[in-house]
Amino acid sequence: MSDIILETRNLTKHYGGVHALQDANFVLRKGEHVAIMGDNGAGKSTFVRQITGVEQRTRGDIIFDGKPVNFSGPIDAREAGIETVFQTLALADDLDVPDNLFLGREITKWNFLGPFRLLDYRSMREATLAGLEKTAVKIPNIRNSIRNMSGGQRQCVAIARTATFHSKLTIMDEPTAALGVQETAQVENIIRTLKEAGEPLILVSHNMRQVFDLVDRVVVFRRGRICANLDIKNEDISGEDVVAYITGAKTQAGYEDAA
Amino acid sequence: MADQTSHGIGGLTYDKSKRAWPNEANVFIALVLIILIFEALGQILPYMNGQSMLFDFNTNRDGTILNIARIKIVILQVSIIGIIALGVTQVIISGGIDLSSGPLVGAAAMIVMSFAQTELVNGNPNPKAVFGPWSFDLPVIIPILVGLAFGALIGAINGTFIALTRIPPFIATLGMFLICRGIAQWWTKGQPVSFPTEQYAALGAGMMPVVWFVLLAAVFFVIMKFTVYGKHTYAIGSNEDAARMSGINVKRHKILVYMIAGMLAAFAAIVLSSKNLTAQAGMGQFYELYAIAMAVIGGVSLTGGRGSIVGTVLGAMVFGVIQSGFTFIKLDAFYQLMAMGAIIISAVVLDQWRQQRAAMRS
Ligand SMILES: Nc1ncnc2c1ncn2[C@@H]1O[C@H](COP(=O)(O)OP(=O)(O)O)[C@@H](O)[C@H]1O
Ligand SMILES: [Mg+2]
Repeated sequence: MSDIILETRNLTKHYGGVHALQDANFVLRKGEHVAIMGDNGAGKSTFVRQITGVEQRTRGDIIFDGKPVNFSGPIDAREAGIETVFQTLALADDLDVPDNLFLGREITKWNFLGPFRLLDYRSMREATLAGLEKTAVKIPNIRNSIRNMSGGQRQCVAIARTATFHSKLTIMDEPTAALGVQETAQVENIIRTLKEAGEPLILVSHNMRQVFDLVDRVVVFRRGRICANLDIKNEDISGEDVVAYITGAKTQAGYEDAA
Repeated sequence: MADQTSHGIGGLTYDKSKRAWPNEANVFIALVLIILIFEALGQILPYMNGQSMLFDFNTNRDGTILNIARIKIVILQVSIIGIIALGVTQVIISGGIDLSSGPLVGAAAMIVMSFAQTELVNGNPNPKAVFGPWSFDLPVIIPILVGLAFGALIGAINGTFIALTRIPPFIATLGMFLICRGIAQWWTKGQPVSFPTEQYAALGAGMMPVVWFVLLAAVFFVIMKFTVYGKHTYAIGSNEDAARMSGINVKRHKILVYMIAGMLAAFAAIVLSSKNLTAQAGMGQFYELYAIAMAVIGGVSLTGGRGSIVGTVLGAMVFGVIQSGFTFIKLDAFYQLMAMGAIIISAVVLDQWRQQRAAMRS
C-alpha cells in the first residue's frame, strides 16, 4: 500500500462565478505535516471545506487512505478518520470539556434505552484527561462550562477534540489566528505531539515563524490555485521566498498557470 | 511550560473546589429570602397581627412548628403547572419556547375526560356522556393513553414545523395555542365533560398531583443529567451549528423534545381534570405563561443551553410561595397578577444581566 494518506486531483469549487478553488493537485504522505499558506481569499478554507465534506465540490477527485471518497458531510469525513478544527469554533459554550470532546460520539451504557441511554461520564472524563495528557493546557476544572474560558483554552479544547480520537488525518484552519503568544505556544505543543505520534496534519496558517518551526512542507495558494510546493526541511528556502510566492512576485516552475 | 502547582495530569486539573457556583444555589437562596420577606411582612404589616406564613408557633396540633397545612397547599398549587414546566424547561433549554401548553391542557382535558366518563351516575345514564351510551366503563389506561397520544401528536406537530421550517418557535406554538383552544371548544361544542370513573378520579385525588410532580421531576432530572437525550438538548440550545457539525440529528431531536413537552402537558391535563372531576374548554388559562415563569425563575435561560430540572422545581416553589404569600398578606387578585408579571420580567432581566457579566469576565 502506498504511503499517501490524502490526494486531491483537479479539486475545483466554484461559487457561482467565483472560482474559489481551481484544479488543486495536492498530496499528503503519512506522518507528514504540511502548511497551507496564502493571502486572505486565496481559497485555503474552501480547500479544507471540500476535503471535509462541509461542502460538495464542483469537480475533481479526493483520494483518502487509498480510496476515492465522497463525504456527504463533516460527520462522514470524521467517521472515515479526518478530524478538523474549523476556523469558526464548533463548541457548545454551556457544556464542559469532556462533553464538548465527546459531543455527538458520547461513550454510553445501557444502549437499549435508545435516546435515553446513559452517559458514561467517568470513561469520558478519563479519556479526556488521557487525551490531553501532553498538552499542558491549564484549565481550572474540566467540569466547568467552557463559556468562561479564554480563547486559547477554548481553541485547545477544540484541538484536543481532534487529538483525543486517533485520527488518520488532522486538519486545522488558522488555529492560532486569534490567540496570544502563550496560547499559541500551547497549540504548537499539541501539534508537535501529533508529529511525534506520526499523525499527518494539514495546517492553514499565516504565521511564518510557526510554519518554519513546525511543518515539513509548505503549499502556497494564490487566487484559488496552488502556486508553489516548497520542501522547507530539505531545501534552502527563506521566509522571504515564501512571501514572494504568496504575493505573486514568484511562481514555482510547474505551476505557471497560477500566475 | 506546564504549571507545576496544578495537580491534574499535564496541567489539566480536576479540582472539586474550583467547580463553578451552581445557579440552583442562587434560586434556593432566593426562595429562602422570599419566605423570610413574607414572614417579616406578617410581623410588620399592622393588619396581619403578627401571623406567620409557614410556621405555626401557637398551636402544636401536628407536633411540628411548621404550618403543614399551608405548606401542603403551596406545593399542591404548583404541582400541576410544575408538571408542564418540566417539559417547558426542556424546550427552552433546547433553544425553543412553547406557548401552546396551556391550551393543550384544555384540549387534552376535554378529550381525555370523554374517555374517562362513567356510564352510570347513581344508577342513571351519565347525563353528560360524550360517547355511548354503553353499559361499561373504559379501563383507566384508555384515557391515559389517549391523552398521552394527543399530547405527543400536538408536540410532534409543533416540533416538526419548528425543525423543518424556519418559523420561529414563538410563532409556531402561538398558532398551536389557538388551534388547541379551538379543539377544546369544538370537542363538545363548549359543554363541560364530567363524572369520571372512580379509577380515573383517583389519579388526581388528594396529594396525588404532588406525587406525580415529584416522580416526574425525578425521572426528568435523571434524563436531563445522565442521558444522551439530555446532553444533546443542552448542546442544541447552546450552539445549534456545533451540535449539527458534531453529528447530532438536530431536527429529530427537536421533534422529540416538543413531543415530550406535549405529553407532559397532556399528563398535567389528566391530573387536573381528575382532581376537579370535570373538564372545561377554558382549563389551563395562563398555564403556559406560569410554566415558563417557573422555568425562568428557576434559572432556565431563554436563550437556551442553560438551566436544570432542579432549578425549575425550585422555581416552581418560589412561584408557589409568592402566590400564597400574596394571598397570605391579603393582596387583591388583580394586584397579584400585576406583581406576578413584574416578577417574570425581573427574572428575565436578571438572567440577561447574569449573561452579560459572564461575557465580560471572559
Ligand atoms: N460560500 C461562499 N460563497 C461565495 N463565495 C465564497 C464562499 N466562500 C468563500 N467564497 C469566496 O471564495 C474565495 C476563497 O475564500 P476562502 O477559501 O475563505 O479563502 P481563505 O481561507 O484562503 O482566506 C474568496 O474570494 C471568498 O470570497
Ligand atoms: Mg480562511
